[in-house]
Amino acid sequence: MGHGGGGLLSAELMTHLFAPAYGNETLAGLADSAVLSLGGARLAFSTDSYVVRPLFFPGGSIGDLAVNGTVNDLAMSGARAAYLSCAFILEEGTDLTVVGRVAQAIGTAAVAAGVTVATGDTKVVETGHGDGIYLNTAGIGLVPAGVDIRPQRATPGDVVIVSGPVGAHGVAVLSMREGLEFGADVVSDTAPLGGLVAAMLAVTPDLHVLRDPTRGGLAASLNEIATASGTGIEIGERSVPVPEPVAAACAFLGLDPFYVANEGRLVAFVPPDHADAVLAAMRDHPQGAGAAVIGTCVPEHPGLVVARTPLGTTRLLDLPLTEQLPRIC
Amino acid sequence: MTSGTVSRVRRRVTVRGTVQGVGFRPFVHRLASGLALSGFVRNGAQGVVAEVEGTPEAVARFCELLRERPPPLADVREVAYEDVPAGAGAGEGFLIETTDTGTDTDSGPGGGPLIPPDTAACADCLRELADPADRRHRHPFVTCTYCGPRFTIATALPYDRASTTMAAFPLCRRCAAEYADPADRRFHAQPVACPDCGPTVRLTVGGRQEAAGGQALARARRLLARGAIVAVKGLGGYHLACDATDGRAVAALRARKERGGKPFAVMCADLATAERLAHVSAAERAVLTGRRAPVVLLRRREGAAWIDAQVCPGSPDVGVMLPYTPLHRLLFGLPGDPPGPRVLVMTSGNRSGEPIVTDDAEALTALAGIADAWLWHDRAVEGPCDDSVVRVRPDDGSEVVLRRSRGYVPEPVGLPFPVVPALAVGGDLKNALCLGAGDSAWFSPHIGDMGALETVRSFERAAARLSALTGVTPGLLAADRHPGYHSARWARRRAAVTGQPLRLVQHHHAHVAAVLAENGVSGTDPVIGVAFDGTGYGEDGAVWGGEVLLARGTDFRRFAHLRYVPLPGGNAAVANPCRTALAHLRAAGLPWDPALPCAAACAPGELRLLERQLDRGAACVPTSSMGRLFDAVASLTGVCHRAGYEAQAAIELEAAAARVWGREGGAYAFGTGRGAGAGTFGAAGPGPGPMPGPMPGPGPNPPYPPGESGPYLAYAPGSTDSVPGPGVVLDPGPVLAAIVGDLRRGVPVPVIAARFHRAVAVAVAAVCRAARAETGADTAALSGGVFGNALLDQECAALLAADGFTVLRHRRVPPGDGGLALGQLALTARAEP
Ligand SMILES: [Fe+3]
Ligand SMILES: [Mg+2]
Ligand SMILES: [Zn+2]
Ligand SMILES: [Zn+2]
Repeated sequence: MGHGGGGLLSAELMTHLFAPAYGNETLAGLADSAVLSLGGARLAFSTDSYVVRPLFFPGGSIGDLAVNGTVNDLAMSGARAAYLSCAFILEEGTDLTVVGRVAQAIGTAAVAAGVTVATGDTKVVETGHGDGIYLNTAGIGLVPAGVDIRPQRATPGDVVIVSGPVGAHGVAVLSMREGLEFGADVVSDTAPLGGLVAAMLAVTPDLHVLRDPTRGGLAASLNEIATASGTGIEIGERSVPVPEPVAAACAFLGLDPFYVANEGRLVAFVPPDHADAVLAAMRDHPQGAGAAVIGTCVPEHPGLVVARTPLGTTRLLDLPLTEQLPRIC
Repeated sequence: MTSGTVSRVRRRVTVRGTVQGVGFRPFVHRLASGLALSGFVRNGAQGVVAEVEGTPEAVARFCELLRERPPPLADVREVAYEDVPAGAGAGEGFLIETTDTGTDTDSGPGGGPLIPPDTAACADCLRELADPADRRHRHPFVTCTYCGPRFTIATALPYDRASTTMAAFPLCRRCAAEYADPADRRFHAQPVACPDCGPTVRLTVGGRQEAAGGQALARARRLLARGAIVAVKGLGGYHLACDATDGRAVAALRARKERGGKPFAVMCADLATAERLAHVSAAERAVLTGRRAPVVLLRRREGAAWIDAQVCPGSPDVGVMLPYTPLHRLLFGLPGDPPGPRVLVMTSGNRSGEPIVTDDAEALTALAGIADAWLWHDRAVEGPCDDSVVRVRPDDGSEVVLRRSRGYVPEPVGLPFPVVPALAVGGDLKNALCLGAGDSAWFSPHIGDMGALETVRSFERAAARLSALTGVTPGLLAADRHPGYHSARWARRRAAVTGQPLRLVQHHHAHVAAVLAENGVSGTDPVIGVAFDGTGYGEDGAVWGGEVLLARGTDFRRFAHLRYVPLPGGNAAVANPCRTALAHLRAAGLPWDPALPCAAACAPGELRLLERQLDRGAACVPTSSMGRLFDAVASLTGVCHRAGYEAQAAIELEAAAARVWGREGGAYAFGTGRGAGAGTFGAAGPGPGPMPGPMPGPGPNPPYPPGESGPYLAYAPGSTDSVPGPGVVLDPGPVLAAIVGDLRRGVPVPVIAARFHRAVAVAVAAVCRAARAETGADTAALSGGVFGNALLDQECAALLAADGFTVLRHRRVPPGDGGLALGQLALTARAEP
């Protein structure tokens, strides 16, 4: 279980097992999507599998995640998603009306994201070998000329912007799954981000890094960027917007909202000259209405992510573990 | 030159240990001169080197006295002799060579001379301080060969004035004369200074330097008397000081430091003041007034209400120290000075969670929101060093260091076996690292919570500095197995850069190894290790903390542990003992009676959420923590429901028990059973390889199946029943049920608290007997932060000793995570025989 959590263990699997096994430079980039040259075009290409429980939750479903997740991974290369594949792995005995509702959600989400589901596959596994429905989507899209968005491009001085409040998706899914009453006001933020990214690129093609902080949350994304670029990242602990009910739920559960998954947010590293304009463009877009500057890229502490507290002290934001284990002795 | 006759011999003597900066060369000079020996003495890279020449009798006597009567601050670890040809080179008379030649640089790692710890001002210096006729009257930096700063001002080896932060203060003519005179108390006292040539003390208020020298001190005292918070630069960094009897000042300091209810240490003007505040035994007095001058935890006097309740709310103890520098003395005022506060809160000058501030410019910014004024000086602090905290055991008068820092570092801990040069990075909270080589282990000063970047930087500097001062370059790294520890992650990053091998050690195994190493036990034969603390990462991915391990060599077997209970929300449960109490009740099958204090402490919504969370095991971690069991009982009895600082609930529960301790002899009984997963040998393993194995997770539904613990077997006292098979599971359920019963019967809370403390001790003794019956091991070692609890420590030791066990406890190494690094070192760096 632990190896899919978007934390230290996933990173170790990738670094120690998959990357050496596949052995090619494209994969070595470790970004959400690969950018490939094919027939003179620059294509972004990505795949992701979806195993979320429950299948339906406040604000969305596994179908929405399957579409938005891959669309967003492509968007993080600056690409507008064009075509998706979609594969179902169904557990024998799964209620067909449920499958139908998921398919419907996929269709609706695809329309909203402006992407075409072009191919698909269905497999059925024996009862007990699956968990109702697993989905896999892959997608391709074109990367506009002059755009080069990669985690390695983060540079000291870059302004770090998040597109909206964080933590809602993870808390919504958790409270739904565990039947915890954190209030109906916590709703998943799942959304396609292609349009928002296009609006940002319209301001400047020179966005350095984009990342959708899904599993492992904001902290995981920032750590991946700090590691890949070898720069330090400092964020203001109170600059990151966290919805009040999300903060309350996290406090109760002993979770840090910076480590909770999002499905409709992005974090952007923007050269300082363009930061104000990009922020303004984001706020003009429905998916970026809550955008905020949360920090900067710094030359100090390369590879480390640090949150500055209101007291002026710092808190190290390490790559998350699968479980948030207490350190208190 | 060749005046030597047949009857003259010459001997070269090399003395190792803490022999520089302690007046060793003048001592050798006096010794040699008194015996009419000729020759020389000098500081070398290995220690002190002397050549003496004279009659065979006189030379022999010299060597005897060298061992028998070293100066007070010296710690002679080894004296080596070598006969050399008489009359070779040196003239008549005995010389102190002051240029350190470095000709004897053949010392191996760790063989070099050791800088002594910082030492409280000596009686002679204090006399001069108060003597209007003395040229150092009221000089805040008066010091001599026998006292003053050492470790905190050393910049390099060998320890000489040029290698201290006093290098910035050229000696005046008179100081230079004293420094050069072998007959003077200040001969080669590196920090020597006087009002003409020494550092200056200054007072800064509102960004302006308002006063200097005696006026600065007088004004600071006046400000303190008026309720101000003053940042005071001491030996190892800044303190924040305020009048401890001024409720408003203490409350302001608490609020500005965002410190919650955590007790503050105080500095009393003198011993008499300390004795009005707290009970001081003879052994405690000796530690309090000794040259290490730590904070001593003393039992508060019930009637000492004049010290503001804000200082140490809820604690039965008050941490007291006495003025240990001349500057502190002057701050309280000499006889006849305008009076000021007699008891000052003296807490580390830092922002919450950060290391102690040492830099003057940084002090002005980092403490800007906290201090009203800054009393500082221009002698730089090279090595940050917090105050040490010790407790004196009432049973045997021995000292247990709870925080090992000023006055103790860098004194090495002797090891029972040689180790290869290694760096153990310690734990994550209360971090202290430990460097080892040969048969020595050097702890760094207290570093703090590794969750802050500043602390990690401070950690790096401390590691580099300790390396430089000991000459040890670590060849391997040791860290805790906890994958989320910042200390372990630092070690991983370091290992990746340097290629040093990294070895990971299970937390409680390290605790046990630390207490064994400190007591000189090599662990060849199996030893029963009792490791009780709040949290440590277990081999099975659960949170351990109530462990009885069989330790042998570098292996251990988990012989017994507390029954797993789901800890709802990890850190959230730690901060809310009432939730831990409710989780424990539920695990024990006891209903959440709304009349129980822990249930009453929660709003209905919190109860509902918690119940659901425990039902589902959402964000729950299984734990066998003894610290959490103390939390649970503290809340169950209404003592503490929300913890504002680490171990608050346990401290307050101990305070309750202390009220009736000695008058209440009852004890509850734990249940016992067998558990799975408790019987495999684990060992300190290798660090991250090319591909880490799968991490065993606790799984989605952490609580044990109800049947796993099986029928309860009560160990009768003295029983030697063998317990075969998997490890023993100690079930707190029956204890909790009995407490609920006592609460319903109206039994006073202190009585319940005492019965609980004794229950834990009785269970420890029973488990140790079972372990002895199974393995023959008859040594029991106690470690882990829970043994900072004086009552438990005392009771466990007494019961075990009465049962014929050899009991090993911590003394100079903290039982908590501040001592962890020593165990990590002992388990990973043992040299091949
Ligand atoms: Fe511990
Ligand atoms: Mg993805
Ligand atoms: Zn002195
Ligand atoms: Zn002088």
